[in-house]
Amino acid sequence: MEAILALEDGRVWRGRAFGARAEVAGEVVFNTAMTGYQEILTDPSYCGQIVTMTYPLIGNYGATEEDVESRRVFVEGFVVREISRVTSNWRAQESLDDYLKRYGIPGISDIDTRSLVRHIRERGSMRGCLSTSSADEKVVIEKARQSPEMVGLDLASVVTCPKVYTWTDAQTSAYGSPALLHEKSAGERFHVVAYDFGLKHNSLRTLASLGCRVTVVPAHTSAEDVAAMKPDGIWLSNGPGDPEPLTEVIANLRRLLGRYPIFGICLGHQLMGLALGGRTYKLPFGHHGGNQPVKELATGRIEITAQNHGFAVDADSLPSDCEVTHINLNDNTVEGLRHRTLPVYSVQYHPEAGPGPHDAAHLFDRFTRMMDRHRQGDMA
Amino acid sequence: MPRRTDIHKILIVGSGPIVIGQACEFDYSGTQACKALRSEGFEIVLVNSNPATIMTDPEIADRTYVEPLTPASVRAIIERERPDALLPTVGGQTALNIAVALSEDGTLAEFGVELIGAKLDAIKVAEDRLLFKQAMEEISIAMPRSGYVRSMEEAEELIKEVGFPAIIRPSFTLGGTGGGIAYNSEEYEEIVNRALAASPNHTTLIEQSIIGWKEYELEVMRDLADNVVIICSIENFDPMGIHTGDSITVAPAQTLTDREYQTMRDAAIKIIRKVGVETGGSNIQFALDPSNGELMIIEMNPRVSRSSALASKATGFPIAKIAAKLAIGYTLDEIPNDITRKTPASFEPTIDYCVVKIPKWAFEKFPASDPTLGTQMKSVGEAMAIGRTFREAFQKGLRSLETRRSFRVPSDLDDTELRRRLIVPSAERVYFVMHALTRGYSIEELHALTKIDPWFLDNLMQIHERECEIGKETIETISRDRLREAKREGFSDQRLAELMDCKEDDVRRLRKEADISPVFKRVDTCGAEFESFTPYLYSTYEDEDEADSTDQKKVMILGSGPNRIGQGIEFDYCCCHASFALREEGFETIMVNCNPETVSTDYDTSDRLYFEPITFEDVMEIVERERPTGVIVQFGGQTPLNLAMKLFRAGVPIIGTSPEAIDLAEDRKRFGRLLEELQIPQPPNGFATSNEEAREEASRIGYPVLVRPSYVLGGRAMQIVYDEASLDNYMTHAVEASPEHPVLIDSFLESATEIDVDALSDGERTVIAGIQQHIEEAGIHSGDSSCVLPPYGIKQEHLDAMRRYTRELARALNVVGLMNIQFAISDDKVYVLEVNPRASRTVPFVSKATGVPLAKIASCLMVGRRLEEFNLPDELAVDRFYIKTPVFPFVKFQGVDPILGPEMRSTGEVMGIGEDFGGAFLKAQLGAGMKLPREGSVFLSVNDQDKRSVIELARQLHELGFSLVATRGTERLLASAGIPCGFVYKVNEGRPNITDLVKSRQVDLIINTPLGRVSFYDEREIRRAAMQYSVPCITTMTGATATIEALRAMREEEMSARSLQEYHARAAVK
Repeated sequence: MEAILALEDGRVWRGRAFGARAEVAGEVVFNTAMTGYQEILTDPSYCGQIVTMTYPLIGNYGATEEDVESRRVFVEGFVVREISRVTSNWRAQESLDDYLKRYGIPGISDIDTRSLVRHIRERGSMRGCLSTSSADEKVVIEKARQSPEMVGLDLASVVTCPKVYTWTDAQTSAYGSPALLHEKSAGERFHVVAYDFGLKHNSLRTLASLGCRVTVVPAHTSAEDVAAMKPDGIWLSNGPGDPEPLTEVIANLRRLLGRYPIFGICLGHQLMGLALGGRTYKLPFGHHGGNQPVKELATGRIEITAQNHGFAVDADSLPSDCEVTHINLNDNTVEGLRHRTLPVYSVQYHPEAGPGPHDAAHLFDRFTRMMDRHRQGDMA
Repeated sequence: MPRRTDIHKILIVGSGPIVIGQACEFDYSGTQACKALRSEGFEIVLVNSNPATIMTDPEIADRTYVEPLTPASVRAIIERERPDALLPTVGGQTALNIAVALSEDGTLAEFGVELIGAKLDAIKVAEDRLLFKQAMEEISIAMPRSGYVRSMEEAEELIKEVGFPAIIRPSFTLGGTGGGIAYNSEEYEEIVNRALAASPNHTTLIEQSIIGWKEYELEVMRDLADNVVIICSIENFDPMGIHTGDSITVAPAQTLTDREYQTMRDAAIKIIRKVGVETGGSNIQFALDPSNGELMIIEMNPRVSRSSALASKATGFPIAKIAAKLAIGYTLDEIPNDITRKTPASFEPTIDYCVVKIPKWAFEKFPASDPTLGTQMKSVGEAMAIGRTFREAFQKGLRSLETRRSFRVPSDLDDTELRRRLIVPSAERVYFVMHALTRGYSIEELHALTKIDPWFLDNLMQIHERECEIGKETIETISRDRLREAKREGFSDQRLAELMDCKEDDVRRLRKEADISPVFKRVDTCGAEFESFTPYLYSTYEDEDEADSTDQKKVMILGSGPNRIGQGIEFDYCCCHASFALREEGFETIMVNCNPETVSTDYDTSDRLYFEPITFEDVMEIVERERPTGVIVQFGGQTPLNLAMKLFRAGVPIIGTSPEAIDLAEDRKRFGRLLEELQIPQPPNGFATSNEEAREEASRIGYPVLVRPSYVLGGRAMQIVYDEASLDNYMTHAVEASPEHPVLIDSFLESATEIDVDALSDGERTVIAGIQQHIEEAGIHSGDSSCVLPPYGIKQEHLDAMRRYTRELARALNVVGLMNIQFAISDDKVYVLEVNPRASRTVPFVSKATGVPLAKIASCLMVGRRLEEFNLPDELAVDRFYIKTPVFPFVKFQGVDPILGPEMRSTGEVMGIGEDFGGAFLKAQLGAGMKLPREGSVFLSVNDQDKRSVIELARQLHELGFSLVATRGTERLLASAGIPCGFVYKVNEGRPNITDLVKSRQVDLIINTPLGRVSFYDEREIRRAAMQYSVPCITTMTGATATIEALRAMREEEMSARSLQEYHARAAVK
């Protein structure tokens, strides 16, 4: 069966349909990771986006419940050069095709994905429509144009959890468990409140493996409600969309600054930047992949990181009590910041990996050390 | 961190001659390292015994020593050059072993030379299995159960713990030489004995077999600031149990989830840190249990490797170049990525295509050897292909090997035999898998038999299904969509023609009519995330083309494809030189090749690189896209030459000697007439298209005759036949003669002297570049014979005759560029054996010896320059002795008689330079790994023909202080001549016999000339024992005479080493 992918500027690709039969629109982005498509599909940060994999052969190892990063598939549509017709992995439970069908997500294969990537790279990310139902290109292009612009879009409120819940599963016995990356923790040591702007389970698994009891709260939970939970620290998740419209969240964060150790990643990092008085802006086509080099300025140390973001914090906008701690070596954009006096730090990338390299896993240990120090300071 | 300023002069050690397991990839990495460090202002001293390398070009290093790669010889160079540092990580195992030897004997400390890249400790941990095992235990990385043994007794004890099947890996050997897999105690004993003998320190590892697990490799880089990145992951199509050099391999890994991949990545990072490789690249091999994801490390190479060359070509990330820069202090983020220019090298390449590497074997040259693939590498070359799907890359890879058409499933193949062929890995297994699909085997069955991952098998199944579909079509019925789909799957026009029973040209015509042509995409390290500034391209059937070809004047150079015996690095050398020269001449140069090991496929070598199979179809597509001003076919060996006529007829502007002249030289009849016209003698010859004709021709010509198929390379299936019975046998079993492919029959000139002449011509003037005399007598393939420049002991009139014939032939064939002629002098007469109007295997050797870059000049001649512009004499002079000596892979092929003959079997060569013949020959022998004794015992056994000359030989050996031992006949002969000589039994006469002496190391040198027509069993035993126990064994009288000169030189002279720059500077002053 045929499928069409059309961009708002009128460029069209025709390929084969896979996954569910549907018509979806969203911002078209590409991801350069060669493994981890299932984690990408279930990353809520991709809400509102149609994702193209630059690696052409996708689906080879199928899908397994163990590797999901959230409660469902969040990408709007999936674009690949070739989808494997067999599944070859001992953990696989179903094929990628069936998996996407189950979640109602359409895919298009057998298109020149590299031409799509180059198009986006040169003209910036843009809206697109993936249709397995319409054969009329004009109609599909029009639908792409009618979909919402990413700038100014609050998607965190869409993907956040509806109510508070507790997470304790470190997935300790699973293959490649995040617990393997950290010193074994002796029991439950900290209570962390996790703001869910579109979080990935691997972050929660990592916190749990470090001895944190995690209370996950919806994006719009007030500072007071959080304070009432008496957390040892607050963790701000990743998430989709533009951080700027989240004014209420930013205001809550301002109230929490200084009172608790705060660690933010991705959208959480952007929100932190805004809460500290900085600005954010949209990147031409964002960073999406598992090979982004990040340099820690204090040590010169380079981490290869997983990233997935379309917006970034403007370094020049930050007040003097904030410090840029990490930069991206490809384009020198801000990858991490900290407050000079308060126990607050954040990174633009994904230390929880899933998918991607584990080079930055230590940032979670830094968070527990910070909570430890803060607690001791409180006692003193 | 900035570049180090405390070191100034760096010694780089190359990898020596091309051998199985160590090929051009180290010329590629060494050349990159030299260039990278020189551009940083370091003075580079290079040592490599292989003259066919680009790295030994005098302009690559400041001081280039073409000297034996032995610790003693490198020590002498260190003493002379006093480098501050030694980079041991770009010259393969050879360089690493030399670095270890010079560290341990105190040389490096004595002269204050620092090891950079990898320190001694790190090398030892990585290389010494016991230390490595301990290190892995300390970081909790699993390894197969294993242990070290130094004797059979220890081995018997250990096997109780390890269990069968067990892998035996001798320590410190190349490509696992001497190792194997034992399934029972009988095999175990045999292999352990062999391994202990092969290992320089008589130690071997016995290891739990994890045959059938999935095998992976990661290419890892680390800098002095402890940043680590993974450049490439590679998944082996063939599971564990087959040496990775003999496996089809795929990049990136295809069947790993992110969790599995990251687990492996974490392990790799831990390992490189633990082993302590400070800077540069390492290759780490893993095995993964497909049933539960259990990961084990197999081994780590603390240096660049064949796989890192592959990874560099597969990703566009130049590992060796970056490794060299890291070794002198830079960190990864300080080095720019050449391809994107804007991003740094501190990232992990991501690729948006699939890369398949397929090895190429040469079992047909070693018929008695075991063709089973195992832990010891046996392939002689490899092709790499890039496609947007596995199937496309795989099919491009197969056609890059240039062998598919020659493979046929045996017609009597029954199911039992097919299953055996599927279970036992061999060079042809992949074809049998494809064949099994046509017999209805399921993926599950095939997986059970082969352990090849179902994902790969399904891809083969898809190819098979497509073949069935197309097989139902004809050229008239096939639809455009179906044709395009087939092209997207990687089917060649030729294959489609086979399937539809039509001509390749028909498919091509239909395809062009339907406007189905490939596009060219870029290899850019980043999956198109950043703009690429390097036109490194591959073809694929997609929509968007990124070739961005220019309208400059440009020359396209066709490379030589995968290495094979008879066509290897020498041709790549010529192709690179063409590119270098023509770039200087202001042309845009375009390289086409599919060999990932080479310098020619470095994106830095030419302005544009097309990583493509060298077939008519693939070349034509590039020609159509690029519209080159000229295409060069005479440098890439037989591969492009075979396409010359077809390309020419298709209107491709081939420059240099015309394809018609090339064809004339290959056409027996027309060429014979030309020689008659020119009155140049040729041995009586003829050709035959049937058995009867062959008999007639042979009896007309007179036995012995040399027989061979036409249009072959490296003396493939060439034999000397002494009588009709052997001729019948040859015609029946060795070749298939047909009117298109006649068998050539030449009179074999016994005990003739053979000479190779290389010459340059611009169509009018001819410059004789080198007259090289073969040291081995006639009947031994020119590629397998040592040769010496200048010739010695050849009459002036014969030299003059050869010069005259060369010039006449060059003019008659209107040669523009290079030509090579083989002469034989027999009964005081010069005969022409063969004319090749193209670059020959000896071009790099002659270039290094004369200091004149022949291939560069030839390229300039092809674009219209004249010889007079180069200020060359009519004949290039050399003012000392340069000897080229081949090296052989016999040790890899158990059961093969290591004897020389008309079929070429050497894989590489070294050059020895000396002020006299003996000194040069000695160096060449040392360079080739021959361990010539200073004293001790020499065993003599010669055929009747050589009996006369053996007396003089024995006398000289006796005078040099050697004791002699011989079997009955020779012993009596020597006794009657008054030369003391001991007696030893032949193999079947009694014990202890000669092989017992060899095995108990009581013989230090063997001179054994074979008995001509009949090969006796006991002779083979002697030679095999010699090979196994590394006792030098000389099989020709001329070789023996040369060896005695070398022995004398070893006694009498101090070996001197000079750099090429010094040699040629002195020559220039004269």
